[in-house]
Amino acid sequence: MIPASHYLILSALLVTIGVIGVLTRRNILIIFMSIELILNAANINLIAFSRQLQDVIGQVFAVFVITVAAAEAAIGLGIVIALFRNRETINADEIDLLKG
Amino acid sequence: MEQLIFYSLAGATVLFGMLVVIARNPVHSAIFLIGALMCIAGLYLQMGAEFVGGVQILVYVGGVMVLFLFVIMLVNVRTAERVRQLSPEWKTALLLAGALSVELVYLVLKGPGVFATAAPEAIPALQGNTQNVGAALYTKYLLPFEIASVLLLVAMIGAVALARSRMD
Repeated sequence: MIPASHYLILSALLVTIGVIGVLTRRNILIIFMSIELILNAANINLIAFSRQLQDVIGQVFAVFVITVAAAEAAIGLGIVIALFRNRETINADEIDLLKG
Repeated sequence: MEQLIFYSLAGATVLFGMLVVIARNPVHSAIFLIGALMCIAGLYLQMGAEFVGGVQILVYVGGVMVLFLFVIMLVNVRTAERVRQLSPEWKTALLLAGALSVELVYLVLKGPGVFATAAPEAIPALQGNTQNVGAALYTKYLLPFEIASVLLLVAMIGAVALARSRMD
């Protein structure tokens, strides 16, 4: 059996990669994909502890996280389309309507 | 054998994740993300969570990523590819991410004293995984399950309302 700490290290790596993507990239679609990576890292933790503790609730929670991720992707991509229609850009640095 | 499967899947996941962040073209990013998600689904199977693995492939690879690819095709990728890819504060960002990873590794290494991280001795007793998850979803966690369905409805209406063209 693989110890749970291996899964934790894997998910820590994935979170770091996702955070680097969110913070350094300017393409809004790639920022979204990095957010998906972060959510998946959280899911790996949930499933690993579900196996560790022999409790099914971790898997139930992972299903809810996947649901929220799907809703988030739908809304976010809708915003991207509306934004592209109005501003002709998907560059995060050019989207500064709220900047005073 | 189990170790071989885990380490190859984990390595492939990290590699694909890095490629997602590095790739210049968003289409390539999406394809690499599909690879990473498939590897993670394999990890779920390896951990004995068949139901979540199936949901991962159906919802993520079959639904979310197709949506991503459609939106990438709708917005003009060519213009996005020509501008500078990195935000001006990328050095600070890398510093912060490095601090975050140090923090996470410290917590994981400190972990054994706080929570159990050793491999469980017994073979998982959660036989009939889909049955177990379904029973938990429809009995103990029925209310969150119904709230999730309302959330999906709200998300659907919101996405349609945001993305429709102005007819009025």
